[in-house]
Amino acid sequence: MKRTVPLISEAEIKRLEDDIARITEQALRLGLDPFPMRYEICPADILYTIGAYGMPTRFSHWSFGKAFYRMKMQYDLGLSKIYELVINSDPCYAFLLDTNTPVQNRLIVAHVLAHSDFFKNNAYFSRTPRDMVDRMAAAAERFRQYEREYGAGTVESFLDAVLAIQEHIDPTRVPPAGGRGDPEPGTLERGNRVGRRGPYDDLWEWDRKETGTEQEEALRTVIQKIKERADERRRRRKPEKDVLLFLMDNSPVLEDWQRDVLTVIRQEMLYFWPQIETKVLNEGWATYWHLRIMREFDLSPGESFEFAKLHAGVVAPSPVQVNPYALGLAILEDIARREGEEALFEIREIESDQSLLRNYLTKEIVDRLDLYVYQRVGTEYRVVDKDWEAVRERLILSRNNGGFPYLVVLDGDFEGRGELYLKHEYETLELDLRYVEKTLPYVYALWGRPVHLETVVDGLRVLFTCREDQVSRKFL
Amino acid sequence: MREPLFILSREDWSLHRKGYDDQRRHQEKVKEAIRQRLPDLIADESIILTDGKQVVKVPIRSLDEFRFRFNENKGKRVGSGRGDSRVGDVLGQAGGALPGSGGMGPGAGEAPGIDTYEVHVELEEIEDMVFADWRLPNLKRKDEVQSTADGLAWTDVRPKGLSGNLDKRRTLLHHLRRNAARGVRGIGRIREEDLRYKVWEEHPVPDSRAVIFAMMDTSGSMGEFEKYAARTAFFWMTRFLRRQYRQVAIEFIAHHTAAKRVSEEEFFTRAESGGTACSSAYRLALDLIRDQYSPSRYNIYTFHVSDGDNLPSDNEPCLRHIRELLELACAVGFAEVNPYNRPSLLISQLQQLDHPDFRLLRIRERSDILGALRQFFTPAKEGAR
Repeated sequence: MKRTVPLISEAEIKRLEDDIARITEQALRLGLDPFPMRYEICPADILYTIGAYGMPTRFSHWSFGKAFYRMKMQYDLGLSKIYELVINSDPCYAFLLDTNTPVQNRLIVAHVLAHSDFFKNNAYFSRTPRDMVDRMAAAAERFRQYEREYGAGTVESFLDAVLAIQEHIDPTRVPPAGGRGDPEPGTLERGNRVGRRGPYDDLWEWDRKETGTEQEEALRTVIQKIKERADERRRRRKPEKDVLLFLMDNSPVLEDWQRDVLTVIRQEMLYFWPQIETKVLNEGWATYWHLRIMREFDLSPGESFEFAKLHAGVVAPSPVQVNPYALGLAILEDIARREGEEALFEIREIESDQSLLRNYLTKEIVDRLDLYVYQRVGTEYRVVDKDWEAVRERLILSRNNGGFPYLVVLDGDFEGRGELYLKHEYETLELDLRYVEKTLPYVYALWGRPVHLETVVDGLRVLFTCREDQVSRKFL
Repeated sequence: MREPLFILSREDWSLHRKGYDDQRRHQEKVKEAIRQRLPDLIADESIILTDGKQVVKVPIRSLDEFRFRFNENKGKRVGSGRGDSRVGDVLGQAGGALPGSGGMGPGAGEAPGIDTYEVHVELEEIEDMVFADWRLPNLKRKDEVQSTADGLAWTDVRPKGLSGNLDKRRTLLHHLRRNAARGVRGIGRIREEDLRYKVWEEHPVPDSRAVIFAMMDTSGSMGEFEKYAARTAFFWMTRFLRRQYRQVAIEFIAHHTAAKRVSEEEFFTRAESGGTACSSAYRLALDLIRDQYSPSRYNIYTFHVSDGDNLPSDNEPCLRHIRELLELACAVGFAEVNPYNRPSLLISQLQQLDHPDFRLLRIRERSDILGALRQFFTPAKEGAR
């Protein structure tokens, strides 16, 4: 290994411990309510690994390796740097880079304490499992088992397909904590593998068994739920937003281990979803508190300068995207000024980015941050609108469905041929058609029969159809 | 006891290699993608027009993580200025990398314009992939001109040999093994039976000289694409032969009804018109072989690029010369560059020509060039089939 000498000495660690104790005390005094914290000092490549996977224990896939390589390269080239990483869990894990200076660490500790408070108190996080570190580790272990059993290539191709549509879940469908709504990962892998005739045959098989162990009992409950959902869908013909769930329940070609993989990826996406939906608020909240807490400390002029520089980097604007730290901070500071700091606590409990922007983004903030709407004109990106309401509408729209296209399953038996019919609920944004053509074969692989996707191109309804890996399109 | 408010720790992460492992898998996939794109890649102007450029930038699209996403060219987005932005301000060129924003955690990656994943590949790596299944055709017949001068190779390890060639590592290994067999650990006295020597064998290698006759039809019917295909083919052919032979000479022969020895530059730039007599080029090549490139000293390759539109009266002499040449050369290639699939009498006569060293190749579009070259550099048995 190349790292033998720790970059941070024992004495520095002791000092950091003292700093953390003071900052924690300060944070609690100011009203923050975080989970117990686990700070971990780690080298850059580990921090970037965790950043790429979203979790230290997550399963392996080349796409994470690609993200890791990219992030680390940017770090090595000095283009961008991750200072901290924090995980929504109880206790809450925060990772600190082993090259951080004392001032950086203080800012980061204050920052992650606020994130931890946000995870614990924001309504959108209330149903996320807090033991996801262990759950992901268990899933990763099962995936390794599948690789041994079915071959790494087979598992990888299947993951490629599932990850291609992983955002298409229904985040409102999270089961109540402790309840047994949706299937738990790992419970479906014991089904009957042979002689399957239809998608539910093995499930019915389970259903018929009269007696069984506690686990079989649990499994039967899960299967009962799947049946109920399928029946309900058929009865009501309601569009299903949760594509992954629909495939899990209805695909005639999936094996049990594949259902398990689908379940895992869906659960992991459900876990990450609140972070996608509250990016501006969560980062704004953390930035507000690192400023606020650091203000309580006496910093030397040198430290003050370093702190100011660091903070300025965090809220630095970008001409082509909105910095969530800067936007969230501006909105929260505005509210604190008008309604007092107390009001912020309620906002961090009940709002998401969309509601925050809708209710609290003002003309003054838009003007002060110099926000504008831009788009591609010819070969250039150009500013096209500076009206604050246009900016607000665009921001709210961009947060729709986590920023992903909204797809629903309209039919799993299109025209009686067992074909899958997806519909893109078009608002104002068109799909990337090249990507549509490349993604549909993945859905085909998961469904095993032709797949259709209806969307809108240049104001006209278009139907894409994928048979094997041939994709065709026609106007409707 | 109440849970502590915080714990600070520093673990040993040195065994946490997951990121690197998956990165390696990603790199493998990049390589695989490059391999799939080789037919396009080897015809890339940036490679063949700048000889000696060692690193090639390859825009790889197949490593995209495909998903349903919005068309960023059509959508509107929000950005922020420095307090003085105006409607109409230009933020950057589409397709270029645009600056991201600050922040502290892993980037959201929402900025547009980062679409292609560009990998840098050494030209040598591409060569390794391209040449992996190429073989020198008809090598066997050249046995008589093989030189053993630099054909020595360490091939075996034996218990007897010259003391200067003692293989210390293997000697020690045998010693340890012998000790272990007696139940003794470690090193004791080295005995004669432990000694192992490296031995070399004469390894026949081809004569280290080769000549390529690059012949091109420059009649009126030959256009830019034909020249481009020829240039690409000769580029890779030369690089491949340079790996096999110490010296590779290229003779450029341009012809219409008459053939002429020309410089490389002239070869690729001259445009002429008029009829075509392919035999003239073969005649000239035969003369040059007689005068300068004796088959006892040179491995001879000829590669002719033409659209096959030959004077009917010339077909017979042409075939005769090609047969003559086949007696002398390692391989004779005739690449028919014919994007419009015109019928040609010469080609149909060449198709009848059944000789293991003759390769009739067909190039209709850029991506055919690799296949044609591969066919040219195939051992006789397979090529004749």
